Amino acid sequence: MNPKRKKILFTIVFTVIGVGIATGLALKAFQENLLYFYSPTQISDGEAPSNRNFRVGGLVLAGSVVRNSNNLNVSFTLTDTMNTVEVIYDGILPDLFREGQGIVANGATNNEGVFIANEVLAKHDENYMPPEVAEALERAGVEHKSSKSQVFP
Amino acid sequence: MWKWITKFASPMHFYLLVNRLTPWLGWGAAILFVAGVYGALFYAPADYQQGESFRIIYVHVPSAWMSMFIYMVMAAAGGAGLIWKTKVSDAIARSSAPLGASFTFLALATGSLWGKPMWGTWWVWDARLTSELILLFLYLGYIALQSAIDDKRTAARAGAILALVGVVNIPIIHYSVEWWNTLHQGPTITKLDTPSIHIDMLIPLLIMALAFNLYYAAMVLIRARHEIIEQEKNSKWVQDLIIDKVAV
Amino acid sequence: MEQSGNFFQMGGYAFYVWSSYGLTLIVLLINYLSPKFSEKKLIAELVKRSKLKKTDIK
Repeated sequence: MNPKRKKILFTIVFTVIGVGIATGLALKAFQENLLYFYSPTQISDGEAPSNRNFRVGGLVLAGSVVRNSNNLNVSFTLTDTMNTVEVIYDGILPDLFREGQGIVANGATNNEGVFIANEVLAKHDENYMPPEVAEALERAGVEHKSSKSQVFP
Repeated sequence: MWKWITKFASPMHFYLLVNRLTPWLGWGAAILFVAGVYGALFYAPADYQQGESFRIIYVHVPSAWMSMFIYMVMAAAGGAGLIWKTKVSDAIARSSAPLGASFTFLALATGSLWGKPMWGTWWVWDARLTSELILLFLYLGYIALQSAIDDKRTAARAGAILALVGVVNIPIIHYSVEWWNTLHQGPTITKLDTPSIHIDMLIPLLIMALAFNLYYAAMVLIRARHEIIEQEKNSKWVQDLIIDKVAV
Repeated sequence: MEQSGNFFQMGGYAFYVWSSYGLTLIVLLINYLSPKFSEKKLIAELVKRSKLKKTDIK
């Protein structure tokens, strides 16, 4: 390679690395804004904003779902296995909403510490398998759902 | 090897090579598409959580992979064009842009069609979806730059610089689901662990991914051939080529 | 998926699944056909040009 071409090559490599570092630092600075949701632990630590809406993500605690038979009102508990958040929601739930499922709710906490959601989204995990396999795993007592990855990516 | 590459970089040899390669790539892609779609719709079982809607994975994931892979090809070809000033690499970079933009659009659109029934929303501004949208804008910016600058060499150079700077977005897309809390789930296939997808579901996905790759290879070569003929239309070999066509 | 009727319904997700596959098919077809047509046009143009040149020489 002649010197002129080598120079261009080095310029390219350094530019790409430079832009990479600059972007990395910028992303680090905005880390908080890039978080799509807060975990129940972050909320109990007081890291979540109190003056505006935010999102909370966690697993729906088994047996905590209470539906109102007259309307769409539903209440459930979100957990990240360390802390929990009570959530009340009045609306249509996504198809994947079920106990043990990863959920992201948007809303705000009221004075009693209950999270009033105006939107509930389901987060699914990265595992795909036929129902029979899932059943067989369940029978064998294997924890096949990497539930943790739903909350802590 | 080096000799072979320099030969490939000459427009005429590139033209001949494309003529020879594209039928194989095209038919290979077509056969794999048939096999892959059959596998996706009939062979693969429904998912235990998501049921039949999970079949969207077979168009969504290969599109998303291609959107990033094509971008890397575009940036690498653009960089090679900056260093060696070869017309062929510039043509490959320019021909990759509309294909990459198409796959990015498909990844976003099919992801949206998957997100609505499963997540409960068409779109969220989480890190994964936002960075993929930025990728689409990078492609569109590149295409706009190409059509805005009349001089092909200047356009190729400006495009290559834009493409190379935008490379920083590729690892962000890939790792966004690990670095930040996102609504999008983590990687299934490309994580270092064993893939957490059942083998009967995985095989059609890999066939589809291979089909998408061959499709891209065939399409980018055909487009680049077009670019080359247009740029070289006053050269002797193209004139000879046309005389042959007229004779027929 | 025992009956073909069930197959097209995709367990109630027909709209989402078929739109995804249909959209992909359309985009792939457009990307396949558009360079084919433009190349044909280009070759035809060049052929015409070379014919004109020939008549000039004569």
